[in-house]
Amino acid sequence: MEIICNGEKKEATVGMSVEEFIISLKLDPETVVVEFNEALVGRDEYPGKMLEPGCRLEIIRFVGGG
Amino acid sequence: MLTIAGRDFHSRLLTGTGKFSSSAVMIEALEESGSEIVTVALRRVDLVDPGDDIMAALDRERYLFLPNTSGARNSDEAVRLARLSRAAGGGDWLKLEVTPDPRTLLPDPVETLMATEVLAADGFHVLPYINADPVLALRLQDVGAAAVMPLGAPIGTNLGLVNRYQIEIIIDQARVPVVVDAGLGAPSHAAAAMEMGADAVLVNTAIAMAPDPVVMARSFSLAVKAGRDAFVSGLPETGSPRASSPDAGLGFLDKS
Repeated sequence: MEIICNGEKKEATVGMSVEEFIISLKLDPETVVVEFNEALVGRDEYPGKMLEPGCRLEIIRFVGGG
Repeated sequence: MLTIAGRDFHSRLLTGTGKFSSSAVMIEALEESGSEIVTVALRRVDLVDPGDDIMAALDRERYLFLPNTSGARNSDEAVRLARLSRAAGGGDWLKLEVTPDPRTLLPDPVETLMATEVLAADGFHVLPYINADPVLALRLQDVGAAAVMPLGAPIGTNLGLVNRYQIEIIIDQARVPVVVDAGLGAPSHAAAAMEMGADAVLVNTAIAMAPDPVVMARSFSLAVKAGRDAFVSGLPETGSPRASSPDAGLGFLDKS
């Protein structure tokens, strides 16, 4: 199925959790914060939150800034 | 000692972590700066090239993270970024930035005031970035700002204390610490801000973009200490020319 992640179309498997998807991108779930359809998802919810076709995911983290 | 929101800091130099050429240079420059508070930003992860994770690069025991809301164009976006920051492990400290115009990067006073009120009530220690407006600075303190951060000059311009007179009024009236932020391009600018009685300064571009950021970080650190000491000492009055050497004892030069 297709989802939108950080504004780009991405392929994800049906039944994949937010946590599994983050790991599939080779990212550490502990270092990112996620919005699912513009709603904040707590870290403890990553394993239980399932992706849905067409869902919009934002994966965000701290970067250098003033 | 600098105290913000009940927490004490030895260093009065806050350093931004943007624009450094590498994590290694940033880490060394931060060490040399002596800073205890460092600003960070929140952005989408680049899915193609995620790069280094700044949370892993910096020692959180040593540095207090002051996440900013850079990129927010209004109060709602700033509040959204603040909550993301907290969820990302950024804690309750926040440099509130609301800059609707990407050309000037000047902060929106109305939206900044609205967001400060919402976020202070939500338990954040809010340090709003503002234009050097003394009336706004007081209004922000009224709604719970932990400090105010008037800009010396627009972000990234290196122009120094363009708003000097207004910042003097803000300092004179302040009930919370005043951190002069943005536009400080040289250690002398930072020293001047501290001599005026600013409680601290925040520097990013001038250190990160210097040909040698590590040496420049040390230079800013020394300038901030020098300026602070001068303020504590008290500066002599300015006025008419007066000799530094004694008038007496020159009789031997007179013709007899």
